[in-house]
Amino acid sequence: MSHVNVTLTVNGTEHTVSVHPMARLLDVLRTEVGLTGTKEGCGEGECGACSVFIDGVLTNACLVPVLSASGTTIQTVEGLEGAAETLGPLQQAFIETGGAQCGICTPGMLVAAASLLRRNPDPSDAQIREGLAGNLCRCTGYTRIVESVVDAARRMKEARS
Amino acid sequence: MPDGWVGRSVPRREGRDKVTGAAKYVDDLHVEGMLHGATVRSTIPRGKIVAIHYEGDLPWDEIVVATAADVPGANEVKLIQTDQPLLADGVVNHVEEPIVLLAHADREVVEKARRHVRIEYAPLPSVHSIDDALAADTVVWGTDNVFTHYTAGQGNVDAVWADAPHELSGEYTTGAQEQMYIEAQGMIAEYDPDAGVTVRGSLQCPYYIQTALCPLFGLPPDKVRIVQMATGGGFGGKEEYPSIIAGHAALLAYKSGKPVKIVYDRIEDVTATTKRHPSRTKIRSAFDDTGKLLALDIDFVIDGGAYITLSPVVLSRGTIHAAGPYRCDNVRVDSRAVATSSPPHGAFRGFGAPQSIFALERHMDRIADYLGLDPVQVRRRNLLQQGQTSSVGQTIDEPVDLDKLVDRALADADWVAKRKAFDEHNASTTGPIRKGIGLSVFYHGSGFTGAGEVHLASKAVVEATAEGRLRVLAASTEIGQGTNTIFSQIVGDAAHVPIDRIDVVQPDTAHVPNSGPTVASRTCMVVGNLLAQATADVVGQLQGAGHLPATWDAEQFTAACRAWYADHDALVGRANYQPPAGVHWDEKNFRGDAYSAYAWACYVAAVTVDTRTAEIRVDDFVAIQEIGKTVNPILAGGQIEGGVAQAIGWAVYEDVVWKDGRVANPQMTNYIIPTAVDTPPIRVAFLEPFAPQPVAKGIGELPMDGPAPAVLNAVAHATGVDPRGVPLMPETLMDLLTTQETAQ
Repeated sequence: MSHVNVTLTVNGTEHTVSVHPMARLLDVLRTEVGLTGTKEGCGEGECGACSVFIDGVLTNACLVPVLSASGTTIQTVEGLEGAAETLGPLQQAFIETGGAQCGICTPGMLVAAASLLRRNPDPSDAQIREGLAGNLCRCTGYTRIVESVVDAARRMKEARS
Repeated sequence: MPDGWVGRSVPRREGRDKVTGAAKYVDDLHVEGMLHGATVRSTIPRGKIVAIHYEGDLPWDEIVVATAADVPGANEVKLIQTDQPLLADGVVNHVEEPIVLLAHADREVVEKARRHVRIEYAPLPSVHSIDDALAADTVVWGTDNVFTHYTAGQGNVDAVWADAPHELSGEYTTGAQEQMYIEAQGMIAEYDPDAGVTVRGSLQCPYYIQTALCPLFGLPPDKVRIVQMATGGGFGGKEEYPSIIAGHAALLAYKSGKPVKIVYDRIEDVTATTKRHPSRTKIRSAFDDTGKLLALDIDFVIDGGAYITLSPVVLSRGTIHAAGPYRCDNVRVDSRAVATSSPPHGAFRGFGAPQSIFALERHMDRIADYLGLDPVQVRRRNLLQQGQTSSVGQTIDEPVDLDKLVDRALADADWVAKRKAFDEHNASTTGPIRKGIGLSVFYHGSGFTGAGEVHLASKAVVEATAEGRLRVLAASTEIGQGTNTIFSQIVGDAAHVPIDRIDVVQPDTAHVPNSGPTVASRTCMVVGNLLAQATADVVGQLQGAGHLPATWDAEQFTAACRAWYADHDALVGRANYQPPAGVHWDEKNFRGDAYSAYAWACYVAAVTVDTRTAEIRVDDFVAIQEIGKTVNPILAGGQIEGGVAQAIGWAVYEDVVWKDGRVANPQMTNYIIPTAVDTPPIRVAFLEPFAPQPVAKGIGELPMDGPAPAVLNAVAHATGVDPRGVPLMPETLMDLLTTQETAQ
């Protein structure tokens, strides 16, 4: 099948790319848009390393044909609040509380955690575990990821008050 | 707050890159003009290669093809031995053995081509279990399928049986386990006739790859450069297998003259790369009425797969740990690593110890059951004390207090109350829910076994710049465990400078000395110590030149460096490994000081079992250990928690299903690792060091050893059944429950 033009708004910038319509959004983000922060762990929607927001909805980018994301607004780990100069509360908490080890699940974990905290700014430990159950981590045993999200929620709450 | 950096939870140094998506892993790297490589693998477990056909409507003249005939040097992957070829030559010895390599600029073309290489075989008989390997009706390696055979122990077990008050035997098994790092393996190779081979990738041990690639290409070490990219988890899985991927990518680059990237997808990674060795352990024990061990006769066998790779050393560690942290005068450990027709099993966190410790710690609970005693009491009766010797004759010099360790674990886990409450619940309930609590006590030796560290002869370097910055040069890799951070803390303390003046150089064989592989829980203890010495060498040179006083601060250090560079070109501190005094290991007789230090631990698991569905849920986990000096509490805690979760997975979730030597469930959808919901809160504590002048003992592997027996002991407590193997899948537990019900 020939290539088609697809327009995406990624982290606030509009990109028009010429791609195979069934190309995975994950590959388009990584190779065409050049944002390699979004990772591939399994390629079948199980591990969550490729988590991104599509129009604000938490999605596994490895499962999305790029054509179906045409015209959407996408946010990746590079576009999370504080991912540029000064770190945001989530990133800060993951560094200081030990939520990141090898780092390969971290981008997806941060996006999933951001999604959770947008829906529920003050989650319980059980709600955090439930909210991150679609993101596999093999390094941490999750204890410090849960603590990092608790810590981030606290930092965000302080920033609001 | 401790004085200095060591002991503080300094945030991960490369943390910023990891939380912003800036960290570059191998698949994030694009090299101009790069081809994509693919690997055509054996579809049968064993046989002769009759013919290779390149079929289909494909531009074969554009596709780079490499076979064994293209290897410029010796077609052998050098490790302990050289029995494993880089590419199968005429014969295959396991499913998924690499036979043909392909490369093309278009990834889709190369993937299509991979599916259109047809290989004709003349099949040969194969071996698919430890029992079949031992029976040797079909011989797939040597004359008897035995890679390695060790005998270790002390006293005379055979003199004990006749008069022993009690005897109990048992057979225990453990399954293969997939490392399942979230970043699959990958390499990018380049070849230049003058510069030689350069490989970048996801790896634990740059110098292992260099050692393997030199003979493959007939090149000297200075023409084989290995660079580590950010590495998304290893757990041992990126210890030896990366040499093969690096060799493949380099061969395609050599043949094509272009850069070649090979990144495995998940299925290829799980089916082709190494796993934890499956094991079978038979224990015959003698003991008195109090549970005091009189004899342990242990027959330990591990399945090494088709090539010898690291199996002798995995077997060695499993053998030494087989009798646990217990005093027993009569021990025999007879151990073998055998060949089968599966892909070689390899390094995985714990390295043989989790297998033999699982068997012993299940057996200790069975002894308690047999005697009608509390499992804690039976263990306490046998715990090693200072001055006693382990089963390989190593005298425990440090003032160990294992009772204290057990006390703390029991207190944190609320053992006494829970044991009682669960007993009452299980006795009175008419519902399906049963509750149990179980423990394990164990130790793990830090660093290479025996004389291994002497043979490694590791080196480390610390350079100071004119600005007073310190550059840490070591081959030890950051794979998530915190190498960059703990090295910075250790060097920072030795130089009295802030951490942000320390740069840990990315491992690159063109720039860093060989500090040995990143394995065996050795990075912090062995290499950390070398870096402290190398920093002391820098300090000594500055002091010798009169630039630095006997006590100094960071500003004086910077001033001293500036002064040094007024009449020098470089300031380099070096350290070479020196074995600790008085440490002796007799490799031939398996006697002596097996490790220079041991970390000690007691773990407690509380579980719920639903007897209708045979589902096991770990509700609570307490992990207490003595690790000497804790360099970074948050990073150390993270190591323990991650290891515990991985071991809970091995115990009750992670079942590698084999079909004719091939993994039948090579995806994250059907090989289940624990999620955040499956993992209990893991409560970790580090006991005050036993020794007055503690070293920082290795901890990476320790947490893999204890959880499986603790969880299965808890399941036994909950249900009254006697599970003997991991993973304990619901199907197996259901059978045990049904058998129990029928018997009643």
